[in-house]
Amino acid sequence: MSGEASGNFLFGYIRFAHFSAGYVLSIGFLLRIYWALIGNARAMQIFWVPLWRKCFWREVYHEIRWYAFLTVESERSIGHNRLAQLAMFFMFTQTITFMVITGFALYGQGAGTDSWQYKLFGWVFSIWPNSQDVHTWHHLGLWVIVAFALVHIYAVVREDACRAGASLL
Amino acid sequence: MSGATETFYSVIRRQGMTRRSFHKFCSLTAASLGLGPLAASSIANALETKPRLPVIWLHGLECTCCSESFIRSAHPLIKDALLSMISLDYDDTIMAAAGHQAEAILEETRAKYKGRYVLAVEGNPPLNEGGMFCIDGGKPFVEKLRSMAEESMAIIAWGTCASWGCVQAAKPNPTGAAPIDKVITNKPIIKVPGCPPIAEVMSGLVTFITTFGKLPELDRQGRPSMFYSERIHDKCYRRSHFDAGQFVEEWDDEYARKGYCLYKMGCKGPTTYNASSALRWNGGVSFPIQSGHGGFGCSEDGFWDKGSFYDRLTTIKQFGIEENADQIGMAAAGVVGLTVAAHAAITAVKRMTHKPDRAPHKSKPS
Repeated sequence: MSGEASGNFLFGYIRFAHFSAGYVLSIGFLLRIYWALIGNARAMQIFWVPLWRKCFWREVYHEIRWYAFLTVESERSIGHNRLAQLAMFFMFTQTITFMVITGFALYGQGAGTDSWQYKLFGWVFSIWPNSQDVHTWHHLGLWVIVAFALVHIYAVVREDACRAGASLL
Repeated sequence: MSGATETFYSVIRRQGMTRRSFHKFCSLTAASLGLGPLAASSIANALETKPRLPVIWLHGLECTCCSESFIRSAHPLIKDALLSMISLDYDDTIMAAAGHQAEAILEETRAKYKGRYVLAVEGNPPLNEGGMFCIDGGKPFVEKLRSMAEESMAIIAWGTCASWGCVQAAKPNPTGAAPIDKVITNKPIIKVPGCPPIAEVMSGLVTFITTFGKLPELDRQGRPSMFYSERIHDKCYRRSHFDAGQFVEEWDDEYARKGYCLYKMGCKGPTTYNASSALRWNGGVSFPIQSGHGGFGCSEDGFWDKGSFYDRLTTIKQFGIEENADQIGMAAAGVVGLTVAAHAAITAVKRMTHKPDRAPHKSKPS
């Protein structure tokens, strides 16, 4: 990147894209929470995991066997299967929540201590006084999402392929 | 010891300061505190009329860099005036008295100015082995700190040592060094982090307390907002290169010579709250970024334990080997990717081997 600093704004645009994406994600996530409240029973699945129910774990065990090729039939149900629900809650819902909170906290540092972002999310820096740690965890959060996306998309494609009579395989 | 009615102004006049330089000091301080033009005269008025603020300056586990920074402040008057203001009472590094004489001053101030003196602490107390790693006047420093803090109005924690712990509290912290707010919990504590803190920040703070007779507004982490509300990055003179995407890639490349942004070289400016890009050290001479090196993040919590000074991400030690978030994330994503690929392959093989089972079913009706 050569030339005068006044003639370039590359990193500024990259940051703009990052922040815009963050806002879209946050608003979308709020919408998803709203949907969970007014939607059907399955809309709540990724926010509500009945870990204390025995039948829940029995279904999880069955799904693990299905993914390990130990049983022929998957539990057929509408919405997420129990293993998927578990993954969605711990890998997606919680990670996104974490990313939105730390993202706005870090954004608040740039926006200034008077900004609503800092007022609303500045408490993050009471947990990690040095924001370098928050940067690091925010980075790690992205990699969790990358790993999640890999498994998620694979599971969806595989499910499609196996159910619809081997159309993809 | 001077009388309780002695003012700051009378002290510096006695030391030969002119009224003109006194007013220069007042306006400079008003500006550095971010106050309006009228504040200079109210500072002058306060320093002329209010009784001098007694300050006791203690030294725990430290390197004296705070004092060193302080005596190199931009305006000669700041140093002379404030040093006289402080050393008249107690500062074992630069005071004339020594031994029992010096210790007597502590007791005297403690009794005479009960609840009205400010306790400034440079360094911190080690707590392990009953505090035996720092002996001051024949007693563990932590005892002296506790006894002087008891009767003080407020405590100023000078530097990163007193504010966060700094190098002596870095892992594994064998002496159990702890920042002041971990030891004294019942007094207002103003943290003035930095290794060392900026001289003008230190003098500005003392002047503020003298002028207004109260403590400045503190932020969430106990630092005066007037000096610590913006990151170095927010006021960095290289910021335009950051936004332009112009970075130093190697220490000896063309971009380093052109003075581009040091972000990729691990500059901690974006995560460090300090006034260094605005005020700088040694009388406004320079600060790390101006010298071509990234910021160290010296005014931030645990800055010795955050991995390399040349890396933007904190080293994560929980994984056994020292890795940063990106390396761990990449490895995890790689493992997941390979697992997915392997699983897909097994699925494909399974389906192929199962086909003979299904084929008869399908072919039967035809």
